[in-house]
Amino acid sequence: MSGRRLFTTPARRAAVAPLLWMLLFFLLPFGFVLKISLSQTVIAQPPYVPVFDPAQGMAALKAAFATLSLENFRLLAADHLYILSYLRSIVVALISTAILLAVGYPVAYGMSRLPARWQPIAMILVIVPFWTSFLIRVYAWINILQHDGILNKTLLALHVVSAPVVWLSTDTAMYIGIVYSYLPFMILPLYATLAKIDTTLLEASADLGGSRLATFWLVTFPLSLPGVGAGALLCFIPIVGEFVIPDLLAGSRSPMIGQTLWLEFFTNRDWPVASAIAIVLLVLLLAPLLVYERMQRRQLEGRR
Amino acid sequence: MKHLSRFNITSLTLGLAFLYLPIVVLVIYSFNASRLVTVWGGWSLRWYAEFFNDAAMLSAAAMSLRVGVVSATAATILGTLAAVALTRGESFRGRTLFSGMLYAPLVMPEVITGLSLLLLFVAVNAERGFWTVTIAHTTLTMCFVTVVVQSRLGSLDRSLEEAAMDLGCDPLRAFLKVTLPLILPSVAAGWMLAFTLSMDDLVIASFTTGPGSTTLPIRIYSEVRLGVKPEINAICTLIIGSIALVIIAASLASKLSSRQGESAAPL
Repeated sequence: MSGRRLFTTPARRAAVAPLLWMLLFFLLPFGFVLKISLSQTVIAQPPYVPVFDPAQGMAALKAAFATLSLENFRLLAADHLYILSYLRSIVVALISTAILLAVGYPVAYGMSRLPARWQPIAMILVIVPFWTSFLIRVYAWINILQHDGILNKTLLALHVVSAPVVWLSTDTAMYIGIVYSYLPFMILPLYATLAKIDTTLLEASADLGGSRLATFWLVTFPLSLPGVGAGALLCFIPIVGEFVIPDLLAGSRSPMIGQTLWLEFFTNRDWPVASAIAIVLLVLLLAPLLVYERMQRRQLEGRR
Repeated sequence: MKHLSRFNITSLTLGLAFLYLPIVVLVIYSFNASRLVTVWGGWSLRWYAEFFNDAAMLSAAAMSLRVGVVSATAATILGTLAAVALTRGESFRGRTLFSGMLYAPLVMPEVITGLSLLLLFVAVNAERGFWTVTIAHTTLTMCFVTVVVQSRLGSLDRSLEEAAMDLGCDPLRAFLKVTLPLILPSVAAGWMLAFTLSMDDLVIASFTTGPGSTTLPIRIYSEVRLGVKPEINAICTLIIGSIALVIIAASLASKLSSRQGESAAPL
């Protein structure tokens, strides 16, 4: 019996249920987002027209198509609020990813240099906070950063500052929250590539007279670039659409796009505009999403 | 060359301190007797008592537990099937689409996933509540299960399955008798990851839930927006404590089964 064909046909059958599930609950919903982004807002339930009624057949479908419009997208392009919101999200995500790399790389590097039997322990220590609730971790920072919180008390006691500093509702608080929440996502892919680097290469570099620093920049760092890419994408893409962290920690002056979408949807009940925001966000993230998907596929399926 | 420099030790220590300090602070203050969150009034369990008398919070917790158990179970079945298809079914039509649909939700901003699922539920006129949140969580978490199980299946020695089939097992039996017991630790890890993700989700649940079906994160979020409350610290400590118990149990279980091969991927 050929090992290569092992399981092939039954394994294909195994794909049926998850494939149908994802088509129905992941792909198909985007069709509805697109459709409603082309609809108009009304004060009704559901709050948009046209509502396609399949019972009326093709005529209704044609009529529904005729009323679709690009009005919501024109609104997004014309209103500075939305454009600024998108820009801010991308800038925040870029800055956060850079900070995450700067913080995560030394930690991942330190982990990969640990004696082999300590490495799994260090890895568990990095993962455990990831398993504790995201919301709780953001909330924990409110405890620390609030006006009479631990941070201000410590700073006052150490005479670093003479009056309490405003931390909450600032960009600083938001960046702290983002870096804190996403740090495991940065460290783990970095560690995975750093731990795989063949140490004989480092020895060879040292034997050839390379200093520790030269070895790092000329050998270790280039070899760790796949991990850098994976970690950066794993953080950048979700941060662009982040809602909870900016909502709880940042000020409300300039919302990120996730907050704007939330506001349009829940507060203004403008579903068509919220859908249009989602479609544009999806288009913006399409390129990084595709790169991420390819990396994920190569990493998970390339090891055979 | 495995030299542990002072720089490495410092960065590791600082990194781990940064990850744990906020949680430690939160846990300590949950035992604070004072109503003022920032003033230390001695040790007390009063906020835990407060939580167990808070009917709305308790019913939200019960709702989250139900959603978590049902969605994690469905996600584990679907995700394991998907992982088997991706690692054992060499090629089939739509495979790229299939894997793309499974990897994209891992990084997709939650506001997009939540909004799109809600619009689907509205379009088919589904009553929003327990089932819509459960379906939404299953969709999200099955992708994580797929990745966890897939990385284990990929590193599994296939000669064992081949031997079973050479000895007359049909593929299904070979899978159930040989493969499944070997990947069971990672399937269990997948279930627990799915469960924690479901218990944790605020954004997708907010979109897909209906009146009367508030989950714990939604409830906590609406309280947190109004400021820090000691009762929330107590609830968070309870959640962290139960997750820590689960992780300890899981690592003990994987230690027991580690003789069967390398342990499951953690994420």
